[in-house]
Amino acid sequence: MNASLGRLGAMLSRHYYLFRGSWTRVFDLMYWPLLQMVIWGFITLFLNQHSNWFAQAAGVLIGAVLLWDVLVRAQFGFTLSLLEEMWSRNLANLFVSPLRPFEFGISLMTLGVIRSMIGVIPAALLAIPLFHYSVFEMGLPLIAFWSMLIMLGWSIGLMIASLLFRFGLAAESYAWASIFLIQPVSGVWYPVAVLPDWLKPVAWSLPTTHVFEGMRALVIGGTFRWDLLASAFALNLVYLAFGFAAFLYAFGRARMRGQLIQSSE
Amino acid sequence: MTPDAITVEGLTKRFREDGPAAVDAISFAVPRGAIVGLLGGNGAGKTTTISMLLGILVPTAGRITVLGHDMLKHRFRALPLLNFSSPYVDLPGRLTVRENLSVFGRLYGVRGPDERIAELAGELDLVAILDRKTGSLSSGQKTRAALAKALINRPELLLLDEPTASLDPDTADRVRGHLESYARKAHASILLASHNMAEVERLCADVLMMKGGKIVDRGAPDTLIRRYGREDMEQVFLDIARGTSSTDSEAAQ
Repeated sequence: MNASLGRLGAMLSRHYYLFRGSWTRVFDLMYWPLLQMVIWGFITLFLNQHSNWFAQAAGVLIGAVLLWDVLVRAQFGFTLSLLEEMWSRNLANLFVSPLRPFEFGISLMTLGVIRSMIGVIPAALLAIPLFHYSVFEMGLPLIAFWSMLIMLGWSIGLMIASLLFRFGLAAESYAWASIFLIQPVSGVWYPVAVLPDWLKPVAWSLPTTHVFEGMRALVIGGTFRWDLLASAFALNLVYLAFGFAAFLYAFGRARMRGQLIQSSE
Repeated sequence: MTPDAITVEGLTKRFREDGPAAVDAISFAVPRGAIVGLLGGNGAGKTTTISMLLGILVPTAGRITVLGHDMLKHRFRALPLLNFSSPYVDLPGRLTVRENLSVFGRLYGVRGPDERIAELAGELDLVAILDRKTGSLSSGQKTRAALAKALINRPELLLLDEPTASLDPDTADRVRGHLESYARKAHASILLASHNMAEVERLCADVLMMKGGKIVDRGAPDTLIRRYGREDMEQVFLDIARGTSSTDSEAAQ
C-alpha cells in the first residue's frame, strides 16, 4: 500500500515538475473555461433583458458552462497526462518500472481532477465580480454535480486511453473531439424535453443529462433532485467499470503487440 | 545455488499468428555478475528479445526467469530489481535531469534519492547539467542521463540497448569503465545490445549472435574470433550477418 502511494506520488510529482517548468501549460488549462464563461456570461446578460424565463433563471447558463467545463477538463486532464508520456516517448520507462497499470490509471484520474480544478475554479471565481453569479451558491449539491461529472470524465478518459494504447498517436484527435459528441444530447444548455422522442432514451443513458437536469431543477426550482443524483451515480458506475475494463484490456493488447516501447507510431 | 540472472527457454514471438517469428525459439542464460552481449544486424530480434525480458512484450511461447522470478506470472517481483535504457525511449524533455531522476527514484522506491542522484551525477559527469531541461541536452548528454536513470535503483540486472551510442570516444570509454566497475562492485549482470564491436570485446564475457530471430552462435569474444579465423569481433559480425562464414554455426548452439 505504501509502495503504491509512493509510486502515485512519483507520477504526480512528474506532472508537478512539468507545470512548474511551464507556466504556459497552467495558463492553457484556464484559458478556455475563462473564455467560455465570459461569452456565456454576456449572452446571459442579454437574454435577461429580453426573456422573462432567463430573468428568473439568472445564472443557469453560466452554471451550465462551468459544470460542462468540469467534465471536459477532467477528461482532457486525464488524456493529456497520458499523451504527455507518449509525446515524450516515456511509456516504456514507466512500464518497466514497478508502476502497476492500475496505479498508472489512478494517477491519470487524480491528474484529471487536479487539472479540472485548476481550469474551472478561476473561471467560477471570476464570474462572481463580472456577472454577480456564484456557482458556489449551489452549496453541497455542487460537490455532487462536480463529482458526477469528474467520474464521467474519468470513464471517457479511460476509453480514449484504450484507443491510444491500440492505435498510438494516430488516435490523438479522439482525445479532443470525443467528449463533444455527447454535448448535444446531455441537456447542457436546454432541457431534455426539447429533444425529439427517439433521442430522449439516448440522452437519459448519459450521466451528464441527469446532472444538468438536476442543476436546472436546483437553480430554477430551488429543488435538489436526489433521484437524478442516484441515477447519475448508477450510470457512472457502469461507465467507469466499462472504462477500466477497456483500459486494462487495451493495455494487455499493447503488451502483446509491442506498442508500449514504440507508442509514438 | 544462486540462479542465473536470466534464463530463457524456447522464447518465441510472432506478431501475427500466421506471420514469421520475430524471435524464434531461443534459449540462453545470463549468469549472475556476467556481462553478456546480444549482437545482430537490424531486425535480428534483439529489441524484441529485450522487450520480452522487460515484460513490456508478451511472448508467443517460451519461458523467461529473471532473478529467480517467472516474468510471465510475477513480473512485478522482478521489475524493482532491474532497469534498462534504450535509444527508442526518452526521458521527458521538459523536466530537468534532476527532476527526472527524482521521479524514477520514487517510482523504484529508492531510499535517499537525493544522495543517489548526487552520486550518479558525479560518476556519470552530470553535475553541470543536473538542472538543465533534458530536452535541451546534446544526444551524448541525454544518453548519460538515461544511463543514470537506468542505475538509479542500483539494479541487479541491467538491460542496455546501445548504451554508448552518440557518445564521443572519451565519454564512451568512461561510461564503459563505469559499467564494468558497477557490474563488478554490485555483482550485477548486464545484457548489452550493441553494434560497437570494440565495446563488446572489452565488456562482454560472452556473446549471443542473433540473425533472423534465432541465436546462430554464441561464446566468448576470443573464442568466436578464433572459431571464425578472424582478427576481431567486427569481422566475425560481418561473417555472420552476411552468411559468409564457413563455420558450422548450428553446432555452436
